[in-house]
Amino acid sequence: MNFETTIGLEVHVELKTNSKIFSPSPVEFGDDPNSNTNVIDWGYPGVLPTTNKGVVKYGIMAALALHAEVEKHPHFDRKNYFYPDNPKAYQITQSDTPIGHDGWIEVDVDGTKKKIGIAEMHIEEDAGKNTHERDYSYVDLNRQGTPLIEIVSKPEIASPDEAYAYLEALRQRIQFTGISDVKMEEGSMRVDVNISIRPAGSDKFGTKTELKNLNSFNYVRKGLAFEEQRQQRVLMSGGEIQQETRRFDENSGQTILMRVKEGSDDYRYFPEPDLPTLDISDDWINEIQVEMPEMPGKRRERYINDLGLTDYDAMVITQTKEMSDFFDATVKLGADAKMTANYLQGDVNAYLNEQHADLQDTDLTPENLAGMINLINDGTISSKMAKKVFKAITQGKEPKAFVEEKGLVQLSDPAKLQPIIDEVLANNQQSIEDFNNGKDRAVGFLVGQIMKQTHGKANPQVVNKLLIASLKK
Amino acid sequence: MNYFDKDLTSLHEDLVNKKISATDLTKATFDNIDTTDADVAAFLNLNKDAALKKAAELDEKGIDADNILAGIPVAIKDNIVTKCLTTTAASKMLENFKPIYDATATKKVNESGMINVGKTNMDEFAMGGSTENSAFKTTKNAWDYTRVPGGSSGGSAAAVASGQVVAALGSDTGGSIRQPASFNGVVGMKPTYGRVSRWGLIAFGSSLDEIGPITRTVKDNALILSAIAGHDDHDLTTSTNEVPDFAAGLNADTNVKGMKIGLPKEFLGEGVDKDVQDAILAAADKYRELGATVDEVSLPHNKYGVAAYYIISSSEASSNLQRFDGIRYGYRADDTKSLEDVYVKSRSEGFGDEVKRRIMLGTFSLSAGFYDAYFKKAAQVRTLIINDFQKVLKDYDFIMGPVAPTPAYKIGEDVDDPMTMYMNDILTIPVNLAGLPGMSIPAGFSNGLPIGMQLIGRPFDETTLYKAAYTFEQATDFHKQTPNAGGKN
Amino acid sequence: MTSRIDQDQVQHVASLAKLSLDDNQLKYFTTQLDDIIGLFETLSEVDTDGIKPTSSVSDQINVMREDVADNWGQRDALLANAPEAEDGYIKVPVIIDESEDED
Ligand SMILES: [Mg+2]
Ligand SMILES: [Zn+2]
Repeated sequence: MNFETTIGLEVHVELKTNSKIFSPSPVEFGDDPNSNTNVIDWGYPGVLPTTNKGVVKYGIMAALALHAEVEKHPHFDRKNYFYPDNPKAYQITQSDTPIGHDGWIEVDVDGTKKKIGIAEMHIEEDAGKNTHERDYSYVDLNRQGTPLIEIVSKPEIASPDEAYAYLEALRQRIQFTGISDVKMEEGSMRVDVNISIRPAGSDKFGTKTELKNLNSFNYVRKGLAFEEQRQQRVLMSGGEIQQETRRFDENSGQTILMRVKEGSDDYRYFPEPDLPTLDISDDWINEIQVEMPEMPGKRRERYINDLGLTDYDAMVITQTKEMSDFFDATVKLGADAKMTANYLQGDVNAYLNEQHADLQDTDLTPENLAGMINLINDGTISSKMAKKVFKAITQGKEPKAFVEEKGLVQLSDPAKLQPIIDEVLANNQQSIEDFNNGKDRAVGFLVGQIMKQTHGKANPQVVNKLLIASLKK
Repeated sequence: MNYFDKDLTSLHEDLVNKKISATDLTKATFDNIDTTDADVAAFLNLNKDAALKKAAELDEKGIDADNILAGIPVAIKDNIVTKCLTTTAASKMLENFKPIYDATATKKVNESGMINVGKTNMDEFAMGGSTENSAFKTTKNAWDYTRVPGGSSGGSAAAVASGQVVAALGSDTGGSIRQPASFNGVVGMKPTYGRVSRWGLIAFGSSLDEIGPITRTVKDNALILSAIAGHDDHDLTTSTNEVPDFAAGLNADTNVKGMKIGLPKEFLGEGVDKDVQDAILAAADKYRELGATVDEVSLPHNKYGVAAYYIISSSEASSNLQRFDGIRYGYRADDTKSLEDVYVKSRSEGFGDEVKRRIMLGTFSLSAGFYDAYFKKAAQVRTLIINDFQKVLKDYDFIMGPVAPTPAYKIGEDVDDPMTMYMNDILTIPVNLAGLPGMSIPAGFSNGLPIGMQLIGRPFDETTLYKAAYTFEQATDFHKQTPNAGGKN
Repeated sequence: MTSRIDQDQVQHVASLAKLSLDDNQLKYFTTQLDDIIGLFETLSEVDTDGIKPTSSVSDQINVMREDVADNWGQRDALLANAPEAEDGYIKVPVIIDESEDED
């Protein structure tokens, strides 16, 4: 029997605002427990929430980045449940009127492009954090109230590979808006996954299972692939899929039953009476649209069509907004696009990997990279010398000043090179003969001699040109 | 200090002329309370040290002649949080709870120079109409200690009516300022929703709750509302409308000439006591005599107000009261072996029956499969109730009627009969559903018990209500009567 | 009179609200809640077709706070009010259900 797979993804993205969504407490991580909390975050008797305008703006940006309709009159709702990290015992979220709905993103799976629909995205507050020991759990409410946007896919993802591609594309687009770091390893992007299968052509969805502990896109793909197979085996052997939550085990690559869901949760949603309904004007949306950073797809088109990059280079450069912005800035300063792309993918990437750093956290600047590339291009330095210069610009040094200080300037002036060439030729009659007898190798030897005379500073291209001309005289 | 002969204007004169100091006035207020509170039981918690300290500071500085509120002792309902002063909402859940911040109303009271003398008793979490649902004590009606003071702001109303203090703050979700004011023969104002900040008011029904003053006279009431009202960045539902000086227009020239008053026929229907009906009809005649016209009008959806109100307020309450879970503050049950124990035992032991009843009603009304038939339906009926009021208030300056169907009833009479208790709110509830200003003023007596008249106005038009109330007050003697023998009749 | 809510439903509602009821309370509340829900059902007489529900009567719309952080420095006072706290954390009996997917 053939099966069709339906995957649903709920992605929570933490927004990089200054203050929390409903309280002015700072959004900071890694501080002492509960140090960034106030009476609102603790759900004290008598407190009221206030809506952070920055969060609404970021919500609109996310909607625009994901081609969604912006809800003009959104309100908030309460989702009621008890949990120690949920101080009011309700989460303020949006269930009736999500800030955005009916969006899509384009994904590329092995060269095949597909649009995947996004049902909705809503802004809401994050919970605190519990840590557990043997007899007690410990609650830190620093994260309580951190703004989140939850993005819910339409049931249009048909394979683990598509799920992976969807997450990549989603992460990238959100990353480009600048509203979130979208890093799974740091918890600023969290993925909830469900999957069901049904006999091909059936018009009813199968029973879905939920997967937990998927801490990377790769694990999402692996977990889904395992679950897809497991569900097929169950159905093929005449069994039934239960509505259950399963845990992905990173070591075995399997999913393990955590608990069977009985009935559905009853969150008793209702409109939040403490917060006024919003009235989002077209003017505000347009203003945000104008401010929106260029999305990766647009940038790739520009790089390929206007700057002559290959598809592959364009894809690598647009992995993160920082890289792409760095590229744009460098090219704008007059650096050759292809060379810039090569440096970013080569030396720069190697350096970042070695340092375990992000581009924006290093001393590298577009000015210095452009300066170095321009020095290579105008023949001031050789690509070999550039190795030293690159090291210097990672330390924030200005390349031209560095080159002068270290005397790295390449000798390209024919007036200065010609006498040296003449001298070398005068001392190597045999090589001239060899050249005239058609032995091209002689040129290499002569260039070597000239480089030796100039302590490696001679511009090889210029030397080659002048040498051939002299030999042919 | 005999507050029966005093109002804010005369007290202010005495303070400015140094006939009395703020310290003396504050001490005298505590003397009043010491003398009568064993009977009245209006207070849960006194603020003696801090109050006397503040009074001494004011005396030291000198009473500001331009600030009529400077040095005036005031009582605050115990669901309005007061920093460092135990705030319980009359619940075991918060028996030892010390807030770490001030409600905006508290802050404004303090900044106005008034002196907070203590926290008044109430129905637990403001749920009730008799103050019998307090976890701690039963407050008595100032006119008859065998009767209820009304509720939920029963402590505030009884404290003012029995002459313990000249003014108090209450809160009103479905009549909780107006009904106890009516039962105790004092003046109570529930302002327009959004007029006074709810920041620091322990939430019951968030879309209905409003803080307001309870006083002996209309003008005093107006003075205090001006001091506590206004937009607050902590409460985004507060209006940015300017706050008028409500007392400014209350003087010898104040009148109701040419005003159009609507008297809804539904307000004098079945279930409304004969004496109450007569008092309101007499008041209508009085208004006519004073130059207003009074016409019968209709609020056809009024009778659905109680059902809509109890669904909406209980639903909001069920959510608002979930935070009382024994984890971050307040009561935690002993002997809890698991997290579930902490939740269930703390809540089951910490809440009284009426609170549990409302939580369960609200939880039911919001739960899967019932939301549309209950919560959503009630919210739609609310719209119809608002429309009814809008229609009448387009043509009429305000609406008049009774506050409660009966005068104060005996303690213990209805306490186990929630249905009867709920139906008693039928005349006050629609005003909260519509968010309108509503006030209660003394308008008669029945067998020695006060009867209150309710005036209902257009949104943010408390000014008209105060003018109409002041005119009636000046033309009648009801407010001049004082409880006989301290309520022991 | 037909019953509108039975003891099982009351028990369910109580458990959603984290309240426990003994047998007597269960009977007592069931009778009372049933009466009150009967009152609620009078709303079914009202034609509300096409009527927008009202969830707030505030005159404010679109009011928001600027995104400016402000730490009110309340940590110690907050922790002092907690029934149990340790090393800056709020302490609770160990959470056994690991279903931390509630966001
Ligand atoms: Mg979700
Ligand atoms: Zn969520």
